[in-house]
Amino acid sequence: MHPTQLEISRRDLLISSAATVAAIGIAGGAAAQASRNEMAYTTKLTFTVNEEGRELDVDNRTTLLDALREHLHLTGTKKGCDHGQCGACTVIIDGRRINSCLTLAIMHEGDAITTIEGLGKPDDLHPMQAAFVKHDGFQCGYCTPGQICSSVAMLAEIQANIPSHVTDNLNAEVAITPVEIRERMSGNICRCGAYSNIVDAIIEVAGTKA
Amino acid sequence: MRPFTYERASSIEAAAKVAASNSQAKFIAGGTNLLDLMKLEIETPAHLIDVNDLGLDKIEATSEGGLRIGALVRNTDLAADETVRRDYGLLSRALVAGASGQLRNKATTAGNLLQRTRCPYFYDTNQPCNKRQPGSGCSAIGGFSRQHAVIGTSDACIATHPSDMAVALRTLDATIESVKGDGSRRSIPIADLHRLPGDTPEIETVLEPGEFITAVLLPRPLGGKHIYRKVRDRASYAFALVSVGAVIQPDGTGRVAVGGIAHKPWRVEAADTELPNGARATSRVLLADARSTGQNRFKIDLVERTLGAVIAAAKG
Amino acid sequence: MQFDTPATTNPIDRLKVIGRPIPRIDGQLKTTGRAMYAYEWHDSNVRCAYGYPLGAAIAKGRIKSMDISAAKKAPGVLAVVTALDAGKRKKGKYNTANLFGGDEVQHYHQAIAVVVAETFEQARAASVLIKVAYTEEKGSFDLKAAMDTAVKPESEQPDSAVGDFEGAFRAAPVVLDETYTTPDQSHSMMEPHASIAAWDGDELTVWTSSQMIDWWRSDLATTLDMDKEKIHLMSPFIGGGFGGKLFLRADAVLAAFGARAAKRPVKVALPRPFLVNNTTHRPATLQRIRIGAERNGKITAIAHESGSGDLPGGGPETAVMQTRLLYAGANRMTAMLLATLDLPEGNAMRAPGEAPGLMALEIAIDEIAERVGIDPVQFRIINDTQVDPEKPERPFSHRDLIGCLKLGAERFGWEGQGRPGSRREGSWLIGTGVAAAFRNNLVMPSGAKVRLDGEGVVTVETDMTDIGTGSYTIIAQTAAEMMGVTIDRVSVHLGDSRFPVSAGSGGQFGANSATSGVYAACVKLREAITQKLGFNSDDVVFENGEVRSGNRSLPLAEAVGPHGLVGEDTMKWGDLSKTHQQSTFGAHFVEVGVDVDTGESRIRRMLAVCAAGRILNPITARSQVIGAMTMGVGAALSEELAVDTRRGYFVNHDLAGYEVPVHADIPHQEVIFMDETDPMSSPMKAKGVGELGLCGVAAAIANAIYNATGVRIRHYPITLDKLIGGLPEVT
Repeated sequence: MHPTQLEISRRDLLISSAATVAAIGIAGGAAAQASRNEMAYTTKLTFTVNEEGRELDVDNRTTLLDALREHLHLTGTKKGCDHGQCGACTVIIDGRRINSCLTLAIMHEGDAITTIEGLGKPDDLHPMQAAFVKHDGFQCGYCTPGQICSSVAMLAEIQANIPSHVTDNLNAEVAITPVEIRERMSGNICRCGAYSNIVDAIIEVAGTKA
Repeated sequence: MRPFTYERASSIEAAAKVAASNSQAKFIAGGTNLLDLMKLEIETPAHLIDVNDLGLDKIEATSEGGLRIGALVRNTDLAADETVRRDYGLLSRALVAGASGQLRNKATTAGNLLQRTRCPYFYDTNQPCNKRQPGSGCSAIGGFSRQHAVIGTSDACIATHPSDMAVALRTLDATIESVKGDGSRRSIPIADLHRLPGDTPEIETVLEPGEFITAVLLPRPLGGKHIYRKVRDRASYAFALVSVGAVIQPDGTGRVAVGGIAHKPWRVEAADTELPNGARATSRVLLADARSTGQNRFKIDLVERTLGAVIAAAKG
Repeated sequence: MQFDTPATTNPIDRLKVIGRPIPRIDGQLKTTGRAMYAYEWHDSNVRCAYGYPLGAAIAKGRIKSMDISAAKKAPGVLAVVTALDAGKRKKGKYNTANLFGGDEVQHYHQAIAVVVAETFEQARAASVLIKVAYTEEKGSFDLKAAMDTAVKPESEQPDSAVGDFEGAFRAAPVVLDETYTTPDQSHSMMEPHASIAAWDGDELTVWTSSQMIDWWRSDLATTLDMDKEKIHLMSPFIGGGFGGKLFLRADAVLAAFGARAAKRPVKVALPRPFLVNNTTHRPATLQRIRIGAERNGKITAIAHESGSGDLPGGGPETAVMQTRLLYAGANRMTAMLLATLDLPEGNAMRAPGEAPGLMALEIAIDEIAERVGIDPVQFRIINDTQVDPEKPERPFSHRDLIGCLKLGAERFGWEGQGRPGSRREGSWLIGTGVAAAFRNNLVMPSGAKVRLDGEGVVTVETDMTDIGTGSYTIIAQTAAEMMGVTIDRVSVHLGDSRFPVSAGSGGQFGANSATSGVYAACVKLREAITQKLGFNSDDVVFENGEVRSGNRSLPLAEAVGPHGLVGEDTMKWGDLSKTHQQSTFGAHFVEVGVDVDTGESRIRRMLAVCAAGRILNPITARSQVIGAMTMGVGAALSEELAVDTRRGYFVNHDLAGYEVPVHADIPHQEVIFMDETDPMSSPMKAKGVGELGLCGVAAAIANAIYNATGVRIRHYPITLDKLIGGLPEVT
């Protein structure tokens, strides 16, 4: 385990005494199995969100999604289901899209996280955000940040030649087609049903990129 | 979700030892199924051992001409691996048929194998479920059971195993490598990893407490056509009603496993030999002891029909 | 303003801003994550505590006791409020089931406690520690079985009859008599119901996710037994509703109780797996349709009967209503029956009545057309009516169903429809289908306040909501058109109970009613400006940021002066909707592929043609329609709340179990709006379109599946298990 985690354990929530903790800190990983009961229910962590370093002291149970929304007030990332069934919580970590509801904040020590707020601002939109506005790729707007984060990372996945369920030939370059986009975006549910417009927006961005 | 303590394991042996000595400990890798279940208190570990830093994220050639897939290789990376795409296309196909892009970016090889059933009664803690609460009864029997198993079931449980990847690994005769709490290592054929429910549906695999999967081994490539056909209500982001994983050679021989119909990826070696005789003959052997609830009766026909499509595609 | 005579020429007709494809004015906020939804409000000076709900574990019975001792002692817990503590409450006017309070359990996952803690994690963990003892009672959960004891609903017109249906049906040379079923459906909006409640003395502020601000405010006051005027309710952004947020829900009530107990602002969101059984749903229906026709295709007899269920005190799903108006036919009857079910509350979901009604009727029309041997587009044209078939003296205000069908058939390439099961591409059986769309046009009183300030900026305030419908944008367009300014000079504030009461969002009445309210307020403001300047009201013109009369003109900012001027009014409706039947019309065309081996149905092409009066903004209107078409795909192919008839609840109560369409299910969608206005409807000459887009879609898909396979399925959703028995054997 990381020694840093011991230093930052919140005293009031420690099960055992500080002295025991310090001793384990010195013993390091080999003693980790013995330290189980001495560890804390909260953890301090440091990560980068939208290129800004952030420090948090969170309940171990805190999902990355709740850390963003409730602790950092970055509420652009949405909670639609909290169970990996809708994609509204999609963020990008080190270039990859994930569901922030199904990962613990404390598992992201040192990670670089990009949320919708980091892609663009109202007066300085990311091309994908601008395309969503132009093509009306949303209605209520609740799934929208997830759709946009997902689509940005999704295009990068195609560029990286990662196959999908609809890829014809596994051993050829993956092409950017509406069918590929639809399959790859299927982890982002839009109950307002803006799918047709979202695909138009993504195709426009993909086209200008190419 | 109950409070838990957390550590990042620094070695495989240490992780296995902690887990073996503490029945309240669980490994966490991708977390996409475990956290889902912890939020509902279906899983209630008091301690989580994060195994993401153990360097188990590599795919390497074996001296036998096969492939060793680290337990922590993400589903996306496994599906995108060039060797897997070229020599084990079935595995790539099965992986990308599952879940969503976001989930595949987190979910790991071992985690995918160990994911738990998606039975809606298992997921609702107000309802009886022998798997969640042994002895409480099975709500799916006599209840909403359209998605449930039609073979290998028991009076205690008719849940299915939800993994697509596992169907491919079963077809390919993969082997699981693991480390036990005492540090000893063993290999488990995929056929033996998952258990049928019997009287103890809460015990889903042969893994011992604390036993840790380190890798999945693929034997030498089989050649042939690799086909994974997943049948579901919506076109994506849904669990299989039925799925068929097959490797079929130009002469029509081959092997086949079926998902969505049992507590484990379903393969009957004797059925493989029927493949040249067509879908009906094969599915007759595969589903010899099938037992439906009525609501899932269609799966028995659907296996045969899907198999027919797969055999036709292999010829085409 | 009272709208009681058909609209004549007015400033809206200039169409400088109205009718233009203007992108949403809230688009930048929504696409950057800056639009703030209910649960997201925060203030650095206020620390909200977290409330987590507990739902009943049984479907019907009484709570014997609740042991909250462990929960109260759990880390971080500030308060636990149980239904027993709250006691039986007066129920809101619009609710059927109680939201919270008392020992009675009326349905599964009815809220019985809220745990308030410092953090979300603590509240959630503590909620599980509450031990509840119940006295379970036998309930009625099976609609088919409950129909035996169903009764005529108390709603105003459960039955209708004109002519001699039975006689005409017996005499008809071609007849159809079939039964259709539609399942319970879930709104499944992406934003779960959520509220933050903050008390200041006896005054309550609530941020919530509501389609109808004033209904919620009234019903919250009733439920909390307090003065409505002491509640301030805000809902500026709503993450979808579809009818699921029309009526006060438990999140607001629990947040209010929790905040009072914890003496802190409290936020509560309904967890997704809890939401489905805790809130409302579209009720399942059993429908029988009988049609008699002449050999020339004329309908002579048509009957539509529907049965549905609800909790005691609830109402029927009015699935027969469109059949009273859609097609001609001298002999007709409709009837509804209502059964008692102890499932969660059935209530409005997008196009209540018409959506499930047309799912059945438009299959029936396809079937009778085939029996007569007439193309289904032509059959519908033959049976068009320009008057209310029950009251021929009452015309439609404007009805162009024929235009929609003809244009749609031309654009879609309908001519190509072959015989059932005749078209195949690889393993796909291909078919096309058509259905008529029909939804009544409702209007609701709607108020607004419009202010023009010394900078020349127009500010609109109304408690109207934007649930994704585009209210912000069309209201801005309306004010800009009326005041003669560009849209960037208009600021719109919605969803706040301090603002004039509006129509709210529901029944596809929102756009037409709310913009009419803004129109009325703008008329008042124009009068105030005209009067202040002493201009001649007969020739005054508001244009290009100026007000002009004769040879005098003045920039608006200067005209109103440094303190600005305000116009406020409410649009009220006369009896034009009584003298004239006001409805919206459309035609849906769909091409499907059905996998010959597996029976999986996938949509290949979709086209909707809509006749819905003036289209205020073709971008947002089109989005309403494609969204509705998407919901129709779900209704046709996958959406069904599975009832456990032993335990009395919806089993698949999350977004994994209840399958709404995903990207891969939806092809590119085409929408055409007929170029029309309806002066009987409002000064905007517009009608609703958001529900019309859903009406008929599922039936068009069902008809296309029949055309593809030759297998007629009358029970939704049309899943592969219902199809494969009728598909060719595998080789």
